[in-house]
Amino acid sequence: MPSLGADMDAGTLTEWLKRPGDQVRRGDIIAVVETQKGAIEIEVFDDGILDAIAVEPGQKVPVGQVLALIRSPEEAARATRPVPPREAAAILAAPGPALPGAGGKAAPTARGTTISAAGGRGPKITPSARRLARQRGIDPRDVPAGPDGIVGLREIERFEGGPRKPAVPRPEAGEMRRAIATAMARANREIPHYYVSTTIDLTPLLDWLGRENARRPVERRLLYAAPLLRAVALSLGKFRELNGTFEGGEFQAADKAHVGVAIAVRGGGLMTPAILDTATHDVDALMQKLNDLVRRVRTGGLRSSELSMGTVTLTNLGENTADRILPIIYPPQVAIIGCGQIRDEPMVVGGKVVARKAMDVTVGGDHRVSDGRTGARFLNELTSRLSRPEDP
Amino acid sequence: MTDRDYARLVRETLFAVAPDLDGMEIDPDETFREQFEIDSMDFLNFVTGLSKATGRDIPEADYPRLETLNGCVAYLSGETG
Repeated sequence: MPSLGADMDAGTLTEWLKRPGDQVRRGDIIAVVETQKGAIEIEVFDDGILDAIAVEPGQKVPVGQVLALIRSPEEAARATRPVPPREAAAILAAPGPALPGAGGKAAPTARGTTISAAGGRGPKITPSARRLARQRGIDPRDVPAGPDGIVGLREIERFEGGPRKPAVPRPEAGEMRRAIATAMARANREIPHYYVSTTIDLTPLLDWLGRENARRPVERRLLYAAPLLRAVALSLGKFRELNGTFEGGEFQAADKAHVGVAIAVRGGGLMTPAILDTATHDVDALMQKLNDLVRRVRTGGLRSSELSMGTVTLTNLGENTADRILPIIYPPQVAIIGCGQIRDEPMVVGGKVVARKAMDVTVGGDHRVSDGRTGARFLNELTSRLSRPEDP
Repeated sequence: MTDRDYARLVRETLFAVAPDLDGMEIDPDETFREQFEIDSMDFLNFVTGLSKATGRDIPEADYPRLETLNGCVAYLSGETG
């Protein structure tokens, strides 16, 4: 069971998407786990053959517990018989070392059955069945359950009825708030924060954006969040102490920046899924990824790697919010970057006072790992990149 | 298309962008942002949806006219002012 955030200590396995004997490749979705943040898709980190599973759907499992075994192709070829589940459970039940959080080699497995999504009302509907139903415009409540009383993928696929208003499951708002509370309370307890801020003249970026969008059709236009995210990711390259994790008394710098993006859930709540290897994507790709992330935060389908592999977080308040935010670091990360709204402000340009578009950016840093000077130098780097949007 | 048709198109496009709002009443003169916490990402997707449905390119300069249901209907039906 991978750790999907500082606020998670256990998850409930709801569905296996692969069966023992199936071939799996790195990146395949192998199971679905229900957490306080909703249903999360668990990915495999290795290639191999799914061998034995030790956790049945419906079981709540602490982070670090082995869910199943994957054999490498060589091992599988040598095996003379498949390991029956009960024997596998005994092998795997022996307590092992806790798996690392970010990017740990968790091998979730379980042959799927599905678990009830909506709070106990009506037939049990699996998260993947809900997703397929939504794609097809079917209300899963219209679909008759299978012999086990559960509406799964098979039942949706067989359903002949017409489309109705799609049901969109969302994680329970109270649960999400509790998860946020746990993470933020831990951050406050454990991380000595420092804050450095600067006001950035965003006029060159917004002028560039206006020119870009004027020559693009609607569906390819950019929001300022995309070039902002790119500039942040590129700027982090020089500042190891702002990008990584602090655990067990030690700082581990990450070799790449996976920027977590704070996305608000309508009606309350917040999630920070990461865009992996953020700096390698151009502005268009980042815009698409942001759009996709927002959609999946709201309707489900976030992946475990997105929730567990963030190395730093960006929280961009957006329009009609506030000028400045002093954000709280999301453990075990060591920094967070907060951007306020864009506002009209008189600034000095070329010796004259002119009306410009200003945005405050604040770096929150873990003082066990870096100092205010590091944050300040990062802000200078970011300011410099944002001043030349054509060539950040 | 009549104003009623445009209003229905606007509703459908909005609910396609934000399915969690589906079925809710829309105050035709209040902005979508105020009523439903529609953010700029939602709004851009909404304008993209309208553009695709009507086959019209919608320049950024026109976005402020599309912030309410009535504003959208007036814009799409070609009313001036």
